[in-house]
Amino acid sequence: MSGASKRAVAVEAGGSGANSDAAATLPKPILEARDLHVSFSLRGKRLTALRGASLELRKGETLAIVGESGSGKSVFAKSFLGMLDKNGRVDSGGILFDGMDLARFSKEKEWLAIRGKRIAMIFQDPMTALNPLKTVGEQIREAAALHRGLDRKASRLAVLETLERVGISDPEMRYRQYPHEFSGGMRQRAVIATAVACKPEVLICDEPTTALDVTVQAQILDLIKSLQRDLAMSVIFITHDLGVVASVAQRVAVMYSGQVIEQGTVEEVFYDPRAPYTWALLASLPQLGVKGEELYSISGAPPSLFREIKGDAFAPRNPNALEVDFVHEPPEYEVSGTHWAKTWLLDPRAPKLEPPASIKRLRERLGQVRAADALRGSEGGRL
Amino acid sequence: MTGETILGVKDLSVTFRVGRKDFKAVNRVNFDIARGETLSLVGESGSGKTTIGRAILRVNPVSSGEITWKGERISGKIPAERERRLRQGIQMIFQDPMASLNERAKIDYIVSEGLLNFHLFKNEAERRAKVEKALLDVGLLPEFASRFPHEFSGGQRQRVGIARALVMEPELLVADEPISALDVSIRAQVINLMNRLKRERGLTYLFIAHDLSVVRFISDRIAVIYRGRIVELASSEALFAKPIHPYTRSLLSAVPVPDPEAERAKRHIAYDASVHDYSKVEPAWIEAEPGHFVLGTEGEARAWASL
Repeated sequence: MSGASKRAVAVEAGGSGANSDAAATLPKPILEARDLHVSFSLRGKRLTALRGASLELRKGETLAIVGESGSGKSVFAKSFLGMLDKNGRVDSGGILFDGMDLARFSKEKEWLAIRGKRIAMIFQDPMTALNPLKTVGEQIREAAALHRGLDRKASRLAVLETLERVGISDPEMRYRQYPHEFSGGMRQRAVIATAVACKPEVLICDEPTTALDVTVQAQILDLIKSLQRDLAMSVIFITHDLGVVASVAQRVAVMYSGQVIEQGTVEEVFYDPRAPYTWALLASLPQLGVKGEELYSISGAPPSLFREIKGDAFAPRNPNALEVDFVHEPPEYEVSGTHWAKTWLLDPRAPKLEPPASIKRLRERLGQVRAADALRGSEGGRL
Repeated sequence: MTGETILGVKDLSVTFRVGRKDFKAVNRVNFDIARGETLSLVGESGSGKTTIGRAILRVNPVSSGEITWKGERISGKIPAERERRLRQGIQMIFQDPMASLNERAKIDYIVSEGLLNFHLFKNEAERRAKVEKALLDVGLLPEFASRFPHEFSGGQRQRVGIARALVMEPELLVADEPISALDVSIRAQVINLMNRLKRERGLTYLFIAHDLSVVRFISDRIAVIYRGRIVELASSEALFAKPIHPYTRSLLSAVPVPDPEAERAKRHIAYDASVHDYSKVEPAWIEAEPGHFVLGTEGEARAWASL
């Protein structure tokens, strides 16, 4: 039932005409995952981490993947780099990048031409990403020399330039220092420098600011935004923090139990979410709650990935689940040219369901935002 | 603030010896908590917020200043009997429910450990009844008592941590980042639980956190702490509506909010501690508006007020 080509069209299209026009002018996808299935063998059992996850990353954009722990967001990103643990494998589906299907790669040698060079990744903990026994400058230089084929002198110059670019002052001195002489924020800048020094086309950031203080986080987010703009990189940003999503991304993919269940521009997903899980996720945020009132909370826990999941994976936790949710998996319904959601609620036969109060407040906010946009005139494409 | 002051912190300093140097983790901090109130201490890592919580629980010794509990001094040397009352009356909830529960003990023992230490039950039946009630209060089933921590999810474990505190019938709960290790959907459950307990039992909370946006939802008052000093203290509405201290403004601008339009319009304000010139005049605790305190000099306060 999944796959972009088979997408059903929802009756109740919330998007205005402007959205469909925007879809036509969107840049081409640089990286595309189609119906990806990934599983791990664990203590003699099979754990299905991805159950047909799809997304497309367009050139020059930042796409956020948001989900709770265990939703498969990190596995999804690691599969783009051939970095699944040894007990994991891609069962079916494709990862299209520059005319190649990365899901078919079998030899490490094939990955070496991609990993770090054309698709780079930044992880949560900068200390584990850096070698404590080598100076920061040397380890960045090695990566740059390897992937860009520069000699010692040229690569050294490139590193100094990159260090300066990521906001590390006095790069000559910093080049000679070891990771333990750097603060947490500076280490993450060094890791970003390593990734960026190889001039990748796609940068994947896996919770790069979760371990950092908020003021440092704000600086790192600003840095990633400016690098993306200046170097025309396409960025995948994995996070569980919806505030960070709103800050860095143009589009967002919401994951639950190994699938992308809703995808759209940040405005569409934040102000007009359609999938019950996205409703629940947004409604449970204290930032959007009203003081003195109970927060909406999701009962239960995500389903076990060792067992086969029937129907909509969120149905057992959804108080308003339809009967069909327990039997058949919903297809992807198109809401606008850029927005789709996997939920039976968008089927023409589904009953009209009122979203929680805080979601209604978000829709009102969308009205305000659109009105403000109209006032501002046709500056148009925000992407 | 109405109601009696349950906890008072006066000129509290905590100093650690690092090598041959002294490091002032907490520097002359003052605040009160009224009964039934939630006060939050907000700051970044290394600001000393956890040290304050630990000083209240007598884990870290106080180097100067004083902490009072219902009018009695509880810092420094105190009578054993008072320490006993205090150990029961103030309980703590920890950040990481994966690390703070004994892996080898059953929930029954974990929850009743405090009861056992203080002999707070007449017989086995009463102990069981107390454990059962504590589990029910936090939304867990009594039969969970015979299970081990690894059988529970993160949110359930955090409830066990809260049940363990509640069973002692405390008056003040010190919660050190109780929700930052939890997933978004589980967070809401724990926040609702804490708010319900406050309503139903008149519990008082000292909430230690780094995330201002979450703190706003649960606190009556917020104290912002920077490098061991409280720089601003106000009701949570006032702090968000009119932050005064440049550090508070920087912190507020740094917290990402889940609203793309607001994020787009936002500019991050950097905080530079060197803007303060405290070489001639020591900063003081100034009441800028009723109940809204800020650390600074008279001159600074005038400049900030005109912003």
